[in-house]
Amino acid sequence: MRTRTIWSRIIQQWQLFAMIVPVMVYVFIFSYLPLGGWAMAFQRYRPQREVQEWVGFEQFEFLFGDASFFRVMRNTLGMSVISLILGFTCAIFLALMINEIRQMKFKRVVQTISYMPHFLSWVIAAALISDFLSSRGILNTVLMQLGIIDAPIIFRANPDYFWWLIGWSNVWKSVGWNTIIYLAAMTGIDPALYESAELDGAGRFSRIWHITLPGIKSTILVLVIMNMGWILNAGFEVQWLLSNDLTINTAETIDLFVIRYGLNQRNYSLATAFGMFKTVVSIILLTAANFVSKRVAKEGLM
Amino acid sequence: MKISTKTANRIFDTCNTIFMLFIIVIMLYPFLNTLAISLNNATDSIKGGIYLWPRIFTLSNYGSIFENELLLTAFRNSVARTVLSTVGGLFICSMTGYVLSRQEFIARKFVTIYFLMTMYVSAGLIPTYFLYRDLSLINNFHVYWLPGLFGAFNVIVIRTYMQGLPDSLVEAARIDGASEFRTFFQVVLPICKPVLATVGLWISVGNWNDWFTTYIYASSRRSTLTTLQYELMAVLSESMAQMGQQQSGAIAAQGAAAFNNTSPIAIRATITIVAAVPILLVYPFLQKYFVKGVHVGSVKG
Repeated sequence: MRTRTIWSRIIQQWQLFAMIVPVMVYVFIFSYLPLGGWAMAFQRYRPQREVQEWVGFEQFEFLFGDASFFRVMRNTLGMSVISLILGFTCAIFLALMINEIRQMKFKRVVQTISYMPHFLSWVIAAALISDFLSSRGILNTVLMQLGIIDAPIIFRANPDYFWWLIGWSNVWKSVGWNTIIYLAAMTGIDPALYESAELDGAGRFSRIWHITLPGIKSTILVLVIMNMGWILNAGFEVQWLLSNDLTINTAETIDLFVIRYGLNQRNYSLATAFGMFKTVVSIILLTAANFVSKRVAKEGLM
Repeated sequence: MKISTKTANRIFDTCNTIFMLFIIVIMLYPFLNTLAISLNNATDSIKGGIYLWPRIFTLSNYGSIFENELLLTAFRNSVARTVLSTVGGLFICSMTGYVLSRQEFIARKFVTIYFLMTMYVSAGLIPTYFLYRDLSLINNFHVYWLPGLFGAFNVIVIRTYMQGLPDSLVEAARIDGASEFRTFFQVVLPICKPVLATVGLWISVGNWNDWFTTYIYASSRRSTLTTLQYELMAVLSESMAQMGQQQSGAIAAQGAAAFNNTSPIAIRATITIVAAVPILLVYPFLQKYFVKGVHVGSVKG
């Protein structure tokens, strides 16, 4: 009886199915079918016989035993954590300050300009950043004029600076864009709170600290937790574009490793194993983050 | 000594305005500096010292770029792939969003999860490379638009917008005997312009800005399949390789043999501007739409 009603509803909704099934097939081909390629992670290429041979977990054992694995993990986590901390503090600070601007026109202009770098490609951003930091660039010029340094600092050539270079590049590119979500959350704060605080004689700073910041607390928490889930995705574009032979030791992330081993050295199995490792760990982290953020967000509402 | 509230407020506002001006400078200066170099005499630019205004004004850098066969091809490819991806992507994502927004659709839950999974599970570079090879997409123009039409996040944003529309619209169309596809295409789609503008902007920015697809999948047919961002990347890495020479001041216009009367600095700056300007002209007009889109996506995603 029940199955018959389901079938009749499917037939009744055939038009919706006709619209969605081609898309599902398309997604299957481009998103699910390549997962079959993960089999490569458990194989080894035999050049003599031109076949892939099953080797079990050999690739993973090699990977976890390799010194470059730890270097790459350290770089990925280091850049992620720095970008996360810098990114959040700068975006929250900027959003709080934009929220305090009283002239609406000026506020809009600041917002529009701060979104700009988000729309530029990483190639353009890298070109602009490397000019900005070059030996004759504006930063070195200003620092020398002010007498803070005697000789130009070659920021791009020092491996110790690289993580911070990436962190600040990420901030420049996305800080304005990331304020959108906080500013949206701030519009939801009850204006009566500000009025009564003003009557109590609270200054601007204490209003920011006691009303605005708590008002966006749950938004911040959810975003921080969700971003933790992406911690292994430090990206590759900006590292690829801004690194050089001098800094590659601190610049190589998981994704860059996969590109180098997989495409340039044609060690497909090892690269796939590392890519698979990244995806699996990411899914675990994201599921955990999702779980935590649901609990925390609920608590934040109480 | 106690400062009056009014004075304290004024001090705060002044400091905040100064801070905002600083932000504006940080965001705009690198771009304006590059614009000035692109408008300055190429050999003069090598001397350095150009900040916000060209020293010897000229348009010849733009002239030599638009005379270059490779860059013209790159420009055409970038435009073509962006248009194809945006039109095709908007169609597929909005049609999917429409079906998922129909509350009565019996497979709604399953299909939503099926699509959402793609946001988290990705096979990675190497398996994707082999798939494209099997589909003979390598060194094929179609690699630029065909694989990337679907975006789960875009679908969710569009679906959420459609769920907010009054049900009476779809019901009225149904009473008139319109098919589901006609209802979607002629009734729902026309009133979704704000969300389509947002998603369309995201798709076109992503495509216009992409250099990696060319690098991985199409670089062995660079002369016909190259894109603007890829050429910029090539110029950029060339000038990075010369970084050592640059510092000793021994830079000759050697990297730009293909261009007339110009220098690598000027070429780089000019391509940067050409690659950046189309988007910079568009996004401010769509600001009120994408601000809402970000909000919807983050809440319901």
